[in-house]
Amino acid sequence: MIWDLFLAPFADFGFMRRALLGCVAVAVGATPVGVFLMLRRMSLTGDAMSHAILPGAAIGYLVSGLSLGAMTLGGLIAGMVVALGSGFVARFTTLREDASLAAFYLISLALGVLIVSTRGSNVDLMHVLFGTVLALDDASLVLLCSFASLSLLVLALIYRPLVLECADPQFLRSVSKLSAVTHFTFLMLVVINLVAGFHALGTLMAVGIMILPAAAARFWAGGIGTMIAAAAAIAFLSSLSGLLLSFHYSLPSGPAIILVAGVIYTLSLFFGPEGGVIAQTLPRRRFKT
Amino acid sequence: MSTSVAFKNLTLGYERLPAVQHLDTEIKQGSLTAIFGPNGAGKSTLLKGLTGSLSPIEGHIEVSNLRADDIAYLPQQSEIDRSFPISVLDLVAMGLWREIGAFGQVGRKMRGRVEQAIAAVGLRGFESRAIGSLSGGQMQRALFARLLLQDAELVLLDEPFSAIDMKTMADLIGIIELWHGEGRTVLAVLHDDTTVRSHFPETLMLARELVAHGPTETVLTSENQFRARQMCEACASTPHVCGKSAA
Repeated sequence: MIWDLFLAPFADFGFMRRALLGCVAVAVGATPVGVFLMLRRMSLTGDAMSHAILPGAAIGYLVSGLSLGAMTLGGLIAGMVVALGSGFVARFTTLREDASLAAFYLISLALGVLIVSTRGSNVDLMHVLFGTVLALDDASLVLLCSFASLSLLVLALIYRPLVLECADPQFLRSVSKLSAVTHFTFLMLVVINLVAGFHALGTLMAVGIMILPAAAARFWAGGIGTMIAAAAAIAFLSSLSGLLLSFHYSLPSGPAIILVAGVIYTLSLFFGPEGGVIAQTLPRRRFKT
Repeated sequence: MSTSVAFKNLTLGYERLPAVQHLDTEIKQGSLTAIFGPNGAGKSTLLKGLTGSLSPIEGHIEVSNLRADDIAYLPQQSEIDRSFPISVLDLVAMGLWREIGAFGQVGRKMRGRVEQAIAAVGLRGFESRAIGSLSGGQMQRALFARLLLQDAELVLLDEPFSAIDMKTMADLIGIIELWHGEGRTVLAVLHDDTTVRSHFPETLMLARELVAHGPTETVLTSENQFRARQMCEACASTPHVCGKSAA
């Protein structure tokens, strides 16, 4: 029974094992970035950037078909242009970052739609929108795992300045010149994780595996380290359950994974010990202001 | 005593509107100086000029033998995200940045110094508490602990005692006097003349232009305070005319 439900799909079918590996790579790479996005109140920035990547990937697709390299490159370029452009506008003009980001992603989205429409709509573009986690080939898996490793490595390098940049940006600026470098490096990490995510889950769902586990983990952990660990665990659990649900009930896998993460988020919202609804209404054992 | 900071015909401001004009004076090394003046006199602006976050419109600031990280600055409204999940220990340990940078390790010895600094501001036992759970006064104590670790030659404090209780204020003044005793130069923007009279030997009175600078008992007179208020009111109504008359 347990074997049939939980293990047989992965033991019997190679594409399920590949899907699981792809999801784990995305989960491990993207969730720490998601935790920092959430802590910096930039969750919607992640959403905006994922929209900005879509036309870039679409252009890559139109230029050279369903080529992994071209679509990845297109997504990376579009994402970086939007991240850097909005960052520069925010730092050197009076426009706030959220407004400039909205402006840039709307422009790149419109541009992408225009380019796609000149070649007529294509069913394969659904692949870009909703991903192909059940059809990941070797090259895609290598790409996902490389991006996840790169992301973790870079995050480890900029961890301390990034924490400072989030907690007390003024102090970081007063003691070091790393503030701008840290900020842009972090935005690059968001971009590469979203690009990796769109191969597995599609551009529309990629940001979900980044933000939902992070938001859920906020209710379970008090420190950043434990929060990242909890978020990665939730992302893994969501991937595993989402893939099994999609296997047994013939559901689209990307939305199934994100919906499981959404259910975990909703449960955390109520039952999480760190500021969840129930924890806040119950009498406290320790004092908190 | 040698000069620590010299303002040379310094004009600072925002978008071409001057907030501090033609300031020409010197802060002696190792002095404990209060910057005093009415609202809108340019006190905070002067500190921002010293940290380098605001470039002079005219003139310049000479800071002798000090690197940027020899200056510690406690802003009035800090940008600290109080909901960010870090502990008091982590917040205070940021003061070690000059020694450890982005990658250096916090060894056992350094951890001991962080704990000492926390104890020195009376927050022993709060090390692992999240910063979001601190009261305003406790937060200010934690920020002073961080300043202690920064080990800076020049300490700039912008309204360090606004909205904190008397006990905390007395403890923090003790730390400022400790810095003074160690020969550090301390500049503090203050608005309460009783505090200035009882704890700050030097006063720089500012009303966009310099009103007076010297020993507190000669500077903090009622005539000077009256003159400072008048100068500020005149400036507020006609800022450009004020600039011309001073030139």
